[in-house]
Amino acid sequence: MQLSLGMGDEPMINIIWVALFLIGMGYAAVNGTMDDVNKALFTSASDAVQICFGLISVLIFWLGLMKIAEKSGLLDKLSHLFKPVMKKIFPEVPPDHPAMGYILSNTIANMFGLGNAATPMGIKAMEELKQLNRGKKTPSRSMITLLALNTSGLTLIPTTVIAIRMKYGAEVPTDIVGPTLIATCCTTAAALCIDRYFYHRRKRKGRK
Amino acid sequence: MGLITTFSTWLVPCLIAIVLLYGTFKKVPSYDAFVEGGKEGFSLAISVMPFLVGMLVAISVFRASGAMEALIHLIAPLLSAVGMPPQVLPLALMRPLSGTGALGLMADLIHTYGADSFIGRLASVMQGSTDTTFYVVTVYFGAVGIHQIGDALKVGLLADLVGVICAVWIVTLMFG
Repeated sequence: MQLSLGMGDEPMINIIWVALFLIGMGYAAVNGTMDDVNKALFTSASDAVQICFGLISVLIFWLGLMKIAEKSGLLDKLSHLFKPVMKKIFPEVPPDHPAMGYILSNTIANMFGLGNAATPMGIKAMEELKQLNRGKKTPSRSMITLLALNTSGLTLIPTTVIAIRMKYGAEVPTDIVGPTLIATCCTTAAALCIDRYFYHRRKRKGRK
Repeated sequence: MGLITTFSTWLVPCLIAIVLLYGTFKKVPSYDAFVEGGKEGFSLAISVMPFLVGMLVAISVFRASGAMEALIHLIAPLLSAVGMPPQVLPLALMRPLSGTGALGLMADLIHTYGADSFIGRLASVMQGSTDTTFYVVTVYFGAVGIHQIGDALKVGLLADLVGVICAVWIVTLMFG
């Protein structure tokens, strides 16, 4: 989900973050907009806190609801529904192998915006896939497919986006749900196709 | 297109009804479960705060100084050809790099141009339709000790590109 926020694990982001400040201040020094920068510094900090307050309401509600779905077994039931599709997407994983179970839970958690539950499931799936790959240090075909599925972020309800739209007075904050769903389906389909393409390319190269 | 708008309004209430009905049918103490999950939601929102403050301040300094506008002015001719507003390019570039960075940029765009503007909606769809590629690759492969990432990053980034194109196309079609 959008809140599996890559906290701290992105080396490049440190450079970008500092660069945003320094370029901004340098530009302001040259163009005489230092006043605006001063104002922006403090209003934006309080804006950010207010956005988080907006997130609190939506996240409490959504994660609370999802806890009911989890406890009633609804999420497990849904993941069974996806099994036939997943067998096609992961042809090298035996359908009854624990890896398949973790892949299914990971996908369902992602779909319902439960980033915090999705990540541990995804990592467990990776561990199982690594064993299937006899512990090699290079990724197997299935591992790359699982990553492709996760980076394309198949989300049913973009909760954080709705919260921010609410805060900034959207008339119908949820009116982007349909378009987002179409876009995320396209991205996921594209990711899977690109993944297949690279797989076949690797295979061709291997035969040479 | 009216169908998709109707779908958007009905999806959330229907999901809620299904979850509540199924939970009651399976004799789950629904309210207790809700409160338990809600606590997780609360701590999640609070834990985001420092990240978002850091990002949003940096982005707004960059914008207030006028540097953002200069950058947008620079890239505008490249993007107007494909029908993508140049204002959303920073978001498209940030999206695969950092979840909070992109969230900050999206909030900034919605704040500046309005939630119901074309740019505001496009930013919302772009933010919601994909995940942070670099983060996913680092965490998932890092956790199981795989150092050669193979084609994974290429696949993720190409898919992100497709995602941006799809978002522009769909939002133009529906709200353009």
